[in-house]
Amino acid sequence: MPTETTEIENLANREYKWGFVTDIEADSAPPGLNEDIVRFISHKKGEPQWMLDWRLKAYRHWLTMEEPHAWPMINYPPIDYQSAIYYSAPKPKLKSLDEVDPELLKTYEKLGVPVQERLALAGVAVDAVFDSVSVATTFQKQLAEKGIIFCSFGEAVQKHPELVKQYMGSVVPYSDNYYATLNSAVFTDGSFVYIPKGVKCPMELSTYFRINARNTGQFERTLIIADEGAFVSYLEGCTAPQRDENQLHAAVVELVAMDNATIKYSTVQNWYPGDPETGRGGIYNFVTKRGACRGVNSKITWTQVETGSAITWKYPSCILQGDNSVGEFYSVALTNHHQQADTGTKMIHIGKNTKSTIVSKGISAGVGQNTYRGLVKILKGATNSRNYTQCDSLLLGDKCGAHTFPYIDVRNTTSRAEHEASTSKIGDDQLFYCKTRGIALEDAVNMIVNGFCKEVFRELPMEFAVEAQKLLGVSLEGSVG
Amino acid sequence: MTQVADSTIHLSNYSLLEESAANGHAWLRELRRAAMERFKEVGFPNSKTNEEWRHTNVAPIAKIPFKLGQQRADSTTRAIQSNFTFGEHHTAAELVFVNGQFVQELSQLEKLPRGVTIQNLDQALSQDGEGIKAKLGRYADVEKNPFVALNTGFIRDGAYIQIARSVTVDQPIHLLFISQPGHEPTVSHPRVLFIAEDNVEATIVESYVGAEGSQYFTNAVTEIVCGNDCRIDHAKLQQESLDAYHIATMQVDLGAKTTFVSHAATIGAKLSRNDLNCTMAGEHAYATLNGVVLIGGTQHCDNHTLLDHAVPNCPSHELYKHVLAGRATGVFRGKILVRKDAQKTDSKQNSKTLLLSDDANMNSQPALEIYADDVKCTHGSTIGPLDEEMIFYFRSRGISYQAARHLLTYAFAADVTRRIKVEPVRRRLEDYMARQHGLPQDLRITDLGAHDEAVL
Repeated sequence: MPTETTEIENLANREYKWGFVTDIEADSAPPGLNEDIVRFISHKKGEPQWMLDWRLKAYRHWLTMEEPHAWPMINYPPIDYQSAIYYSAPKPKLKSLDEVDPELLKTYEKLGVPVQERLALAGVAVDAVFDSVSVATTFQKQLAEKGIIFCSFGEAVQKHPELVKQYMGSVVPYSDNYYATLNSAVFTDGSFVYIPKGVKCPMELSTYFRINARNTGQFERTLIIADEGAFVSYLEGCTAPQRDENQLHAAVVELVAMDNATIKYSTVQNWYPGDPETGRGGIYNFVTKRGACRGVNSKITWTQVETGSAITWKYPSCILQGDNSVGEFYSVALTNHHQQADTGTKMIHIGKNTKSTIVSKGISAGVGQNTYRGLVKILKGATNSRNYTQCDSLLLGDKCGAHTFPYIDVRNTTSRAEHEASTSKIGDDQLFYCKTRGIALEDAVNMIVNGFCKEVFRELPMEFAVEAQKLLGVSLEGSVG
Repeated sequence: MTQVADSTIHLSNYSLLEESAANGHAWLRELRRAAMERFKEVGFPNSKTNEEWRHTNVAPIAKIPFKLGQQRADSTTRAIQSNFTFGEHHTAAELVFVNGQFVQELSQLEKLPRGVTIQNLDQALSQDGEGIKAKLGRYADVEKNPFVALNTGFIRDGAYIQIARSVTVDQPIHLLFISQPGHEPTVSHPRVLFIAEDNVEATIVESYVGAEGSQYFTNAVTEIVCGNDCRIDHAKLQQESLDAYHIATMQVDLGAKTTFVSHAATIGAKLSRNDLNCTMAGEHAYATLNGVVLIGGTQHCDNHTLLDHAVPNCPSHELYKHVLAGRATGVFRGKILVRKDAQKTDSKQNSKTLLLSDDANMNSQPALEIYADDVKCTHGSTIGPLDEEMIFYFRSRGISYQAARHLLTYAFAADVTRRIKVEPVRRRLEDYMARQHGLPQDLRITDLGAHDEAVL
C-alpha cells in the first residue's frame, strides 16, 4: 500500500510535543565519575557514613563489571560514563511550594502536573522530582495521619534510616547488574514509601520524573514497602525535554510486600525517543525494577506503558517467595522511528501455590525494534504454581522488527506454565471494515491498536488509562502500512 | 567464548588423521585445516558465557580423552546391526557405519534406482571430488558452532547421497551409525551430505545407536540441500548408549515449492544436543520440524531448532514433545526467524512438555525474531504434569491410576510419533514406549488417529 505508507510516514514526522528546556541554574557536579564524585554526591545530600560506605562498595564493584552487550537486542554507540554529570540540583533547597521557582512550576503546568489545588481535585499526591532533588512533596500531612511515609529518598535516609537500611538493596542488591550497581553508587534521589500494617493508602501515589539540565543522567532510586495487610497503588510517569545528547537513565525500583499486602505499580513512560530521522538524542532507559512478595498472599502488579525513550531495557520482575503470592505483569511497549525496546519480566516462583500472569503487547512501527524477553522459573518447592503468559506483537510497516524470547524453566510436576505468543499485522479486512463505515484510516488504526492493548489498559488507574490511550494515539499517528 | 577444558586430544587426533590421509584432495585438506583452526581458536563452548549453550554444559565431553574409533565388524556389531536394520525389503539402501567408518559387508546398496548415487563419502570423494567440493561444508557453518568446526576438521567418512532430477525413491534410505568403542572411550564424526536436484521424492533416515553401557562421543553433521519441487521426508532416531554423548547439527536448505518434513526422536545418550537449522531459500517451500524426546534417569537433551524464513510465502510448522522422567533435564530452544523480505510467512510452533517426576527439569525458550510485517507467527509452550481430570476419567471407568498415567503418557508422545511416515522408526518408538510403560506391544495410536487427515 504505497499511498498509505506515505501517509503514515507523513504522520509519523510529528514533532515531540513535550520538548522544552527550563532554564534554571543548576548546582552541578563536574562531569566524570570517580570516588570523589560519589563522595561529592553523598556530601551534597548530607548523608550519614553508612550510606556513603554503601555507595562506595557499589562503585568499587561496578569497576569490576562489564556492560552487557551480547544478549540484549539493542544497539547503541558506547556510553562515555566519564562525560556525564552525576549530580545536578535546582537551588536553593525549598521548604514549601511557594518557594518553588515559578519557571519550574510553569514546566509542570506545561506537563499538566497538578501540583497545587488541582492535586486535591485529582486526588493525587505528587512527589515531583525535578532533576535530582525532590522539589515539592504534597499531601504528606494527610498521609502522615495514616502513618504512611511518602517522601523523597534523601529525606528517608535522614528521617527513617532504620527502614532504609533494612530494605534498601534487599531486592536489588548493589551487585545485581551493571546499571543497578551504577545507580547504587551515584543515585541522587527518588521516592520512598512505607505503608504500615493494615493500612490502605487512601490515594494513588505519584511521582513525575522529569529530566532537565543538559548532560545529567538521572539515577533515581525508589523503595516501596507495604507492611502486613497494606495496600498501595503507585504511579510513575515521565516526559523529558528535547535535547541532542543521549541521556542515560538508570533507575532502580524495589518493592517489598509482606503478608497479605498488595502493591500496584503503574508506569507511563514517554521520554524523548530521539530524532525521528536519525534516532539521535533519545533517552537510554536502563532500568532495574523488582518486587519481592515476601509474605503469604502478597501481590505485586506491574503495569507499564512504554512509548518513549530511544532504548528501553527493563524487566520489572516478581520474586514470589510467600506461599499463595501473586505476581502480575501487564505491558504495552511501542517502538516507532528508531526506537529499540528490550523489555519483559521475570517471575521467580519460590513459594507454594504461587501464581503469575504475564500479558505483553508489543507494537513496532517505523524502523523500531521491539523485543519481549521474559523468564518464568518455577522452583522445585513451588508446588501447585501456575503461570500464564501471553505476548502479542503487532507490526506496522515493513521495516520494523518484533521479537519474542521467553525462557521457561519448570522444576516440579504439580505446576503448570503456559506460554503463547503471536505476531501479526493489522488485518486489511479490519481496516477495510472501518473504512467502509466512514472511519479514517488513522482513526481506524488507533482504534484497533487500542483494542489490541485493552487488556493492559484496563489494569491502569483511571487517570493513567486516559493518558496512555492518548499517548499511544500520538506516538502512532499514521504509522500504518 | 573461552575454553572450558583443553581440546588437546582432538588436536592430536587431528594430526594423526592428517598423517594417514596425506594424499587426499587439496581443497578438502584445506577445509579440514581451516575448520580445525577455528575449533582451536574457540574451543568447547562455555555454558556460562555462550547464550546458545547456556543450559547444556559440555565440560564432561571436554574432559574425557576420546580416541578416534576404529572400523570393526564383530559379533557384537552384527547383533546391534540386526536389531536396528530395516531389512532389505524395507529400504532402498542401507549404509552401516561403525565408529564413523563405512562397513561394506553390513550394508546393502544393490537395488538402487536409476539416478540415485549413494556411497560412503570416502569413496565418493575419490570418484567425484569436484562435484562434492561445491556442496560439502557450504551449509553447516563452522563459525557458528564449535562442534561443526570439530566435525568438519575430521571429515573422513560418512554418507553421500545424490538424487538426480525427477527421481522418486519409494523406500527409505537408511543410514545406521553404530558406535562400539573398545576399552577406551572413542569419538566419531559422521558426516552426511544429501543433495536432491529438482522434483525429487525421497525418504532418508538416520539412526544413531551404540553398544549398551559403553562410553563414546558422536559428533554428527548432516547437510541436506534440496532443489525445487522436492518432497523430502527425514527421520532421525537417536538411541545411543546411556553413557554416550551425542551432538548433532543438521543444516537444511530448501528450494522453491519444496516440502520438507523432519521427525527427530531422542531416547538415548547421557547428554545430547541437536541443532536443526532449516532455511527456506525458495518461495513456497514448506518445512515441518517435529520432535519427540523420551528420557529419564539423569539424561539431558537439548534441542535447538531454527526456522529461517529467507523468502516470502513460506509456511512452516513445528511440534516438539518432551516426556521427562527421573532426574532428566530437557531444553528446547526453537527460533522462528523471518527476514526482512519474507512477507506472507505463516509459521506455527508448539512445544509441549510432560513432567513425570518432581526431579525432572524443563527449559523452554520459544523465540520469534521477525523483521517483516505481513506475517502470521505464533508459538506456544506448555510445561506441566498429566491432567488429573483425565486420570479421573479413566479411573471412573475402572482403569487403575498407573495404567491411566501410562496410557496418557503414551498418547501424549504418540501425537508426534504417529506422524512419522517411516514405519520401522514409528514402530520402534511405539514399542519402546509400550515397553517402558508396561503396555501391550501391539498398541498402535496410529490406528486410533487413522481418520485424522490433518496429520502433517
